[in-house]
Amino acid sequence: MAVVFEKPKSLADLPLHYCPGCPHGIIHRLVAEALDELGIEGKAIGIAPVGCAVMAYDYFTCDMIESAHGRAPAVATGIKRCRPDNIVFTYQGDGDLASIGMAETVHAAARNENITIIFVNNAIYGMTGGQMAPTTLPGQVTQTSPYGRDVNHCGWPIRVSEMLATLEGPEYITRVAVNNVKNVMNAKKAIKKAFQNQVEGKGFSLVEVVSACPTNWGMTPEQALKWVDSDMLPYYPMGVYKDRSAAKEEK
Amino acid sequence: MAERVLMKGNEAIAEAAIRAGCRHYFGYPITPQTEIAAYMAKKMPKIGGVFLQAESEIASINMVYGASAAGMRVMTSSSSPGISLKAEGLSYLAGSDIPAFVVNVQRGGPGLGGIQPSQADYFQATKGGGHGDYRMIVLAPASVQEMASLTIKGFDLADKYNMTAMILADGTIGQMMEPITFEEEEIRQYDKPWALTGHEGKRPHNVVNSLYLKPEELERKNFERYERYKLVEENEAMWEEYMMEDAEYCVVAFGIAARVAKNAVVSAREKGIKVGLIRPITLWPFPKKVLEQAAQRVKGFVCVELSMGQMIEDVRLATNCKRPVGLVCRSGGMVPSPDEVLAGIENAVKGVY
Amino acid sequence: MKTTQILIAGFGGQGILFAGKFLAYKGLKEELQVSWLPSYGPEMRGGTANCNVILSDTPVGSPIITTPDVLMVMNLPSLQKYVDTVAPGGQIYVDSTLIQEKVTRTDVEVFYVPATQLARQAGAGSLANMVLVGSLLENHPELSFDGVDNVVSSMVPPKKAAMIELNMKVLTLGREYGK
Repeated sequence: MAVVFEKPKSLADLPLHYCPGCPHGIIHRLVAEALDELGIEGKAIGIAPVGCAVMAYDYFTCDMIESAHGRAPAVATGIKRCRPDNIVFTYQGDGDLASIGMAETVHAAARNENITIIFVNNAIYGMTGGQMAPTTLPGQVTQTSPYGRDVNHCGWPIRVSEMLATLEGPEYITRVAVNNVKNVMNAKKAIKKAFQNQVEGKGFSLVEVVSACPTNWGMTPEQALKWVDSDMLPYYPMGVYKDRSAAKEEK
Repeated sequence: MAERVLMKGNEAIAEAAIRAGCRHYFGYPITPQTEIAAYMAKKMPKIGGVFLQAESEIASINMVYGASAAGMRVMTSSSSPGISLKAEGLSYLAGSDIPAFVVNVQRGGPGLGGIQPSQADYFQATKGGGHGDYRMIVLAPASVQEMASLTIKGFDLADKYNMTAMILADGTIGQMMEPITFEEEEIRQYDKPWALTGHEGKRPHNVVNSLYLKPEELERKNFERYERYKLVEENEAMWEEYMMEDAEYCVVAFGIAARVAKNAVVSAREKGIKVGLIRPITLWPFPKKVLEQAAQRVKGFVCVELSMGQMIEDVRLATNCKRPVGLVCRSGGMVPSPDEVLAGIENAVKGVY
Repeated sequence: MKTTQILIAGFGGQGILFAGKFLAYKGLKEELQVSWLPSYGPEMRGGTANCNVILSDTPVGSPIITTPDVLMVMNLPSLQKYVDTVAPGGQIYVDSTLIQEKVTRTDVEVFYVPATQLARQAGAGSLANMVLVGSLLENHPELSFDGVDNVVSSMVPPKKAAMIELNMKVLTLGREYGK
C-alpha cells in the first residue's frame, strides 16, 4: 500500500507534551518538514527556549541545545560563528523572544546573523500558566492582567516583525498564522524559505507564527482558532515585512 | 629560551588564550579588563578566529555557551559587575557540564562600585555566583607571567573536567606590565563526543541541556558532578610557599595581596620575626592540606585581602580554627601597604588578632 | 640587592605613562626585573596621571610604590602630593618650566630641569617627559645611557620615524641637567 502521509524524519517518534488543540505540534511539524525537504537535518543544530517549547530538544532529531530564557539568539550566534557550515535555528515563544530576550533578538537581527528564528506568538505565557506577555492584546484578560491589559498601566503590545523590519540588518522578516489550512500552507512556505535563506548564506530570517493557546485563553481549540482571525490578526497582520533579496531582484 | 617581553597582564591573558587554541572570544567592554577584548579584536581576524562584541555580558556568556556546546575552546572576560550578569550563563554551563574559560579582572564593589583593584568577588567565584549546586575552578594569578600560564592551565582544566575555569585577577595585575616569556607548550586536545556538530545521520542526536524535571534524575546528575569535583579537589590544588620552612607565623594571601604581603614578610624577617607566606594559586579547589599542615606548626595566621575578609573563612575552615587568624584588609579599590601588613604580622606576634 | 622605585606623575597627555614604559623597557634590556603599573580610569583623560616603575636585580614584590626612591613630576599638584613620600636620600626631578615651587626638604637630591622649555626649543614640545628621563638616566648607572636608541626605536612606530631622532635629541639635552 502506498504511503500518502507520514511523520517527518526530523521529528522524533514521541508523544508531544503540548495541551490538546495547541498549534505547537503543527509548527514543530512544519519545521521538521522543512529540514527534511531541504535535506539539512544532519547539519542542523536547534536551540530550544524556556517556555512551552522547552523540551523541543527531545522532539527534533537533529543536535539540540537548551538555552536560558531569552538567550537563544545569543547561543545561536555562538554556535553559528563556530560552525558556519551547520544550519542553526531557534524556536522561541513571545515571552522568551520579545520580553526577556528582546536585546538578544534585536542585536542578532542587527548583525544579520545567518540563523533562522521561529517565533511563536500566542499572546500569553503558556508554560507558567497564562500570564501577560509582551504581545498580549489591549484589554486581554490573563492571570496577571485580570482586568484586561491596561495599556496606560503596562504599555502596548509589541509588533516584533514590524519593529525588526526597520533594521538594516535582517534578510527576511515575515508573519504567518496556523489557524486554517491555507494559513498553514503559507506558514510552511515561509519557514522553508527562512531555512533556505540560511543555506544560501543570506542571513537573519525570522518567521513570526501567530499561534493560539486555547488552555490559557480559556477557549475551546475551535474558538481559539476563530479568535486568531477576529482579534489577533487585526493587530498582528500577516505579511512579508522584509525580504532584502526579493527587494533587490525587483529593482 | 624564549624572549622576555614586556606585556600588560590583560594582554598576557589574551595572547596565552590564543596559544591555548582559543579562536572564539565574546565580550562586552568594561574597565579594567578591556585590553583583553582590544587584543582579541586585533588578533582574531588575522588567525581565522572570531572576535565578537556582544550586546551585553548576558549575551556574551550565552554565546560562549553556544560555542562551547559546538565543541570549541572559547572565552569571555569581564570585571565584577559584568560577572554578576554572566552568573546566569555560568550556572547553565555548569548544569550542562561543558567547559568554558572566563576571566574576572576584579574592581571594587558592590554595585557599580569603582574601577580600582579588588578581591571582593572571592565569594562569588568560589561559592557560586549563579544558582544551583556547582563549582568552578578558580585560578588566582599574582604576576603577568602567571596571567599567561594560568590561562593555558585554565583551558586545559576546563576541558579535562568539563567545567568552567575562571581567572580571578584584579585591576592591578591586569593593568601592570612585567617581563614575560612564552615557552612553546604542547596543548592537549580532548575528545568532545557530546559536541553539537550536526549528526550527519551517523549517530543519535546530541543534546546539551541542564533541564531535568524528574528530581531523582537531577539529583543523580548533581551527585555525578560532585564526584568529578572531588577529583579536582584531590588533584588540582595549587599554591606557593614562601619562607615557610621555619615559620612561626603564616601570612595567607593571593593575587596582588600576596605580592604586597611578600614585601612585608621580608621586612618582618629583617626584624627577626619568623614568618612565611602561603599563597593559594587555586582558590577552588582551596589548598586545604597545606594550611592544615601549617596549622600544626605555626602559632597564628594573618590573611591579607582586598575585601572585607572573604578568603579568611576558608582559612578558618581549612585549619579547623586550630590557630587564631588575623585579617589585614582594605576594600573598595584600596590596596594595603606592606607596612600595614607588617603591622598585622606584629600584632599576631603580640597575640592581637 | 638593588631596587629602584620610580614614581612619575603629572597631567594626562604629558607622556607620563610613556616615560615609565621607556624606563621599564630600558630595564628589560639591562636584564633587570621590572614592573610598570599605571594609574587607570577616567583620570587618564586630562586629569592627573601617574605610574610606578620598579627596577630590581631580584624579583619584584609589590608593584605598588609607597616610598619612591625617585620622583619625577610634571605639575605642581603632583609635587605637593608626593614630595613627602620620597625616601630620605632619594631624588626628585622637577620640570621647572611648569613648576616654580622649590622643594624645601634637605634630605633629598633635587634636579630642576626646564624640561618643557628645552623640549620646545628642540622643536618637540610634547617630549618634556623624555628630557626628564634623560636627566634620570645620567644618575642611574644600572640603566645607563648606552643603548637608549634601540629602546626608542622599539617604542616608536615606524610611521613616526622622525620622532626617533627627536626623542634622542631631548634625551641628550636632559643628560646635562642630571649632572
